[in-house]
Parts: sequence; C-alpha cells; structure tokens
Amino acid sequence: MPDPNESARGFAGGPDSVGTSAEMPDVIPVTLSVNGKKHDLRIDPRTSLLDCLRDHLHLTGSKKGCDHGQCGACTVHINGRRVNSCLCLAARHEGDEIITIEGVGQRDNLHPIQASFVTCDAYQCGYCTPGQIMSAVALLQEPCGPEDADVKELMSGNICRCGAYPNIVAAIQTVRGKNSDKKAE
Amino acid sequence: MKTFQLTRAADSAEAIDAAAQATTAQQGAEIRFIAGGTTLLDLMKLNVEQPEKLIDVSRLPLDKVEASPDGGLTIGAGVRNSDLAYHPVVREKYAVLSEALLSGASAQLRNMATTAGNLLQRTRCMYFRATEMPCNKREPGSGCAAITGANRSLAILGTSEHCIATNPSDMNVAMAALEATIHVRGSKGERSIPIADFHLLPGKTPERETLLEPGDLITHATLPPPASGARSVYLKLRDRASYEFALVSAAVVVTIADGKVTRARIALGGVGTKPWRSNEAEAALTNQAAGEELFRRAAEAALREARPQSQNGFKVELAKRCLIHALKLATQKA
Repeated sequence: MPDPNESARGFAGGPDSVGTSAEMPDVIPVTLSVNGKKHDLRIDPRTSLLDCLRDHLHLTGSKKGCDHGQCGACTVHINGRRVNSCLCLAARHEGDEIITIEGVGQRDNLHPIQASFVTCDAYQCGYCTPGQIMSAVALLQEPCGPEDADVKELMSGNICRCGAYPNIVAAIQTVRGKNSDKKAE
Repeated sequence: MKTFQLTRAADSAEAIDAAAQATTAQQGAEIRFIAGGTTLLDLMKLNVEQPEKLIDVSRLPLDKVEASPDGGLTIGAGVRNSDLAYHPVVREKYAVLSEALLSGASAQLRNMATTAGNLLQRTRCMYFRATEMPCNKREPGSGCAAITGANRSLAILGTSEHCIATNPSDMNVAMAALEATIHVRGSKGERSIPIADFHLLPGKTPERETLLEPGDLITHATLPPPASGARSVYLKLRDRASYEFALVSAAVVVTIADGKVTRARIALGGVGTKPWRSNEAEAALTNQAAGEELFRRAAEAALREARPQSQNGFKVELAKRCLIHALKLATQKA
C-alpha cells in the first residue's frame, strides 16, 4: 500500500524537497495540455508530471505507488504512448498531449476497457486500476500477440498487490476479441 | 531531490557547449543531459545524482533509425527503446537486439528510455542506490558494501576489490554481440568508439563508467551489416518471468555452415561489470562442429575467469547453461 506521506513528500513544496530558503528554486512557467485542455502553470522544475497532475491540476485518478517507475500506478499517455508519469518532469512536457484516466471515459460513457474491467471484476482495492486501464488502453494499439501470455508480458509494468491479474487479463482479452484462459463470469 | 536549472537545447552544439562546463561527465556530474529520464530522475529522487543543471536533449533530431550506406543500421541516440525493438529491420536483421530490448523494463519504460540513455544505464547495486551506505562508485574511497553484503545479483566477471556492480542493460549485451559503434560529438569534434571500449572496467575508479568527457553527446550508434546467414538469440534468465533484471543473459550471433560454426559473436549480461563480450567463447566455437559438447566447451571458456562473491556462486553454472541453451536455440532456428 502507498505510504500516506508519499504525496506530501513528492510535492514540489513538500518538506523533503526543499532545503534552506537559499536553495528555494525559481518556479518556472509551463503550459500543459491535459485531456485536451490547456493549463498555464508556475511550477518548481523538480515537479514530476504525476505530482503536477495530482497536486496542481487536482486530477487525482493517476496514483502514486512507488514513485520510481516500478509499479505503473501513475501510467498516463503522452502523445498516445503510455509512460510512467512519476519519471517525467512536468516542465519538459509543454506542447505534448497528455491523457489521464480522467480523459479516457466518463461515468456514463465508459471506455470499452473500463466497461470490461467492471464486467470481469478486474480489481479489488482499485488503487492500481487507473494505471492498469491506461496501460490496457495503450496496449490495444501496440504490437501484441493473441495469447494471454502476450498480454501478461506487456502488462508486467503494472503491479496489482491484490492479485487481480487473471481478471485483468480476461478484461483486456475480452475487448481484443480473444479468448482468455480465465473466462469472465 | 536537490533543485536544478532546466534548459532545453536548441541544437547539439548548444547542448555540447553548455555541458562542457562540467568538471566530469561521470558520477558527480554537475550538468546532465536528459532525454528519457528513466534512470536519471530515479537516481535524482534518491540523491544519488545531484546535477545542478539539466539540459533537455529529447527534442534534438536524433530520433531516426536509418539504413547505413554500408548496409548496416544507424540508430539515433534519442530513438525510444520500444521504437527500436519494433522496427521492422531490427526485428528481421538484428533479432537479438529486438529480443534484448523487449526483455528489458516495462512497456511504459521502453516508451520513454532512449538508445543513448540505455547505453548509460546505471547499476542496480542496492548500495549504489542507497546514499547511507558506502559505495566506491557513488562516493570514491568510501568502500564497497556489496563485497561483504548482499551481492547475489552482482557481477562475477570484470570485478575489482573496489566494485562488483553489474551493468544492468539488456540492450548493451545485444549491442556488444552485434559489434555496435557509439558515435559521440564533443567540444573537440566527433569520434567513434567500438562498444567493447565504450564501457570501462571498475578497477580502482569505479566512478568512471564510460569514455565520455564533459560535453560529449552521444549522437547515434551504428550496427555493421548483418553477417550473412547468421542467426541470433537473446536469452535472459531472471527471478520472475517479466519486468526484472537479468541474473544472467546471453546474446549470441552465430553462423553455421556444413555443421560447423564459421563465425560466432557472444556477449553475456547480468554477470559482468560491463556488457561482457566473450572473445574466449567465440574462439572456442569458431571452426568447430556445432553441438552440445562444443557449446559446453565455449561456456566453460566464457566463465573461466569468473570470480563469484559470497552469494552469487550460482551465476557461474547458470551463465554457462544460459549460453549453451542460447546457442542451441540459435542453431535450431530455421
């Protein structure tokens, strides 16, 4: 489970990131395009894209698990490709098209992957789910073989500590029109 | 994380001029280029890297994969690992490279990580990554905690009494077997470095990992034309099936004619302090009849100089079996 202090620790103005006042960095201006909307921001250059999304834009769907690119909970799309937003500096992404879980579907208009996660019961606690869905949506456009093993390989960057993996694979395979070893109930 | 100044280079010359102001391009560099950022930002969060200035080179036009005039391949420094792995020419003519790239990291990281960044990937030795522990690579002269500590994942070839850290890259191992050349532009002009010379053994200066000097910008890597009739395989053995660093790996590029090995290029991963090209295994294989007995002799030759630590003795036999199996796979390929 995530450390409850992680968000504060990673935040640009958080206690761990700024030393003495002499080290106080200049904030720098950046314009980010997130889910089709432009945002003019002034941020500490250290701000990760993940912290920027969560703490500056209040898009809290993207989650912080490890903050080191090891868990995939922070997965977003930049220019159509899935990336770990915790390993991106927000200020480097001016001009890029950033899509988060909030931009993938709406409550009454789910993306097919989201609907399939519901149908296949592809989550338990739900913390990793936004990252899983962002990875799965991207996977639909990537070179991926037909088998469950192919899906598992390309989803290995998204950790689920509840262990919902069989249902996640089933949810993705259902949308791809492939048979999964794990049949959706 | 220490704060830093972030700039974007308009062109290579500007990036090189700015970075040339640093006192080193190795551990402790005050100025770093940033492209994918997957290693650098990770290490900055751990305070292992504390650059004062980051120069964003990700928008320089170094992102092309193109055929070289000699029939080989030119790979831009900024080409993303996923783009390189799925490139049709790489898949068809340099399968070992595609397989190595796809065995590394996760889909998200491969979408971010670049060719040059992968060449410069830092060790995963836990003591290098933990600033509260001694580490000669991170802090020269502080000692090596790994030699008497948790060294199960660390190197058995090319080590010194100062450092046993493993080079963690899969791509580098394939590049070594393909005899890639690394092309660097710096304040004194351009130069080309064979990958076998690019990475340094730790010796007494484990903080120096490559030949790069301040201002040096990797612009591209080149691969020679694929050897006629060669078959290649990357085999990676690890603690879990995916998204894990190699315990041992083998990149093999072999040509067989009339049952004999006529040409072999062999490199090992997970066992060396640098991507481990094995001239010994190649010599053992060349002009000999292909088969399990020969492959075992080549594997013995490759690991003859192995110096295991307290917890990684298993790597000696595992690396041999990995190489033997990779050679079998390569020679069985239709």
